[in-house]
Amino acid sequence: MSFSLLQMVALLLLGMAVILSVIRFLIGPTTADRIVAADTVAVIATGGIVMLTLMLESALYLDLALLFGMLSFIGVVVLAQVITAPEQDQQETS
Amino acid sequence: MNFVGDLFLLLGALFTFLGAMGLIRMPDVYSRIQAGTKAVTLGLLSILLGVALHQPEWIPKLLIIALFVLLTNPVGSSVLARAFLRSGIKPVKGEER
Repeated sequence: MSFSLLQMVALLLLGMAVILSVIRFLIGPTTADRIVAADTVAVIATGGIVMLTLMLESALYLDLALLFGMLSFIGVVVLAQVITAPEQDQQETS
Repeated sequence: MNFVGDLFLLLGALFTFLGAMGLIRMPDVYSRIQAGTKAVTLGLLSILLGVALHQPEWIPKLLIIALFVLLTNPVGSSVLARAFLRSGIKPVKGEER
């Protein structure tokens, strides 16, 4: 486990990015803002896992990052379907 | 080589931070999608490049992750924007916010 100063600063910036996204998740006026914030947190977390791979010096975590990105993409597509579903129901009934 | 890799890591983290700040400051949900997807994707690719400069034997896996992110991230944001538009969220125009 080895850190350089620039890596520490990069990790700090990533953590602050996660905090800003979580703030948007908490104060987001609509559900759409919360979904966008959750998607952004997932992508930032993928980058964090890749940096963790570098610091722990074990290539195993790269598979974890790929799996995490895949699951977040599937989650975003499912959430988009869930948002558009009531609209389709209204169109069918009217 | 390690210093250049560290610089790319820092650049990627900086772009990610700027994307998250755009998520806070943008006025409506469509521009928030733009800020939260493009800048964060660029930051993630830069982080992957930095890790590749540090550990050259991981380049195949890093390439797979980069291709996957580059394919799925814009698709995900486009699907979200279409869903928001179809569920009736209007974009903010001009100076109103």
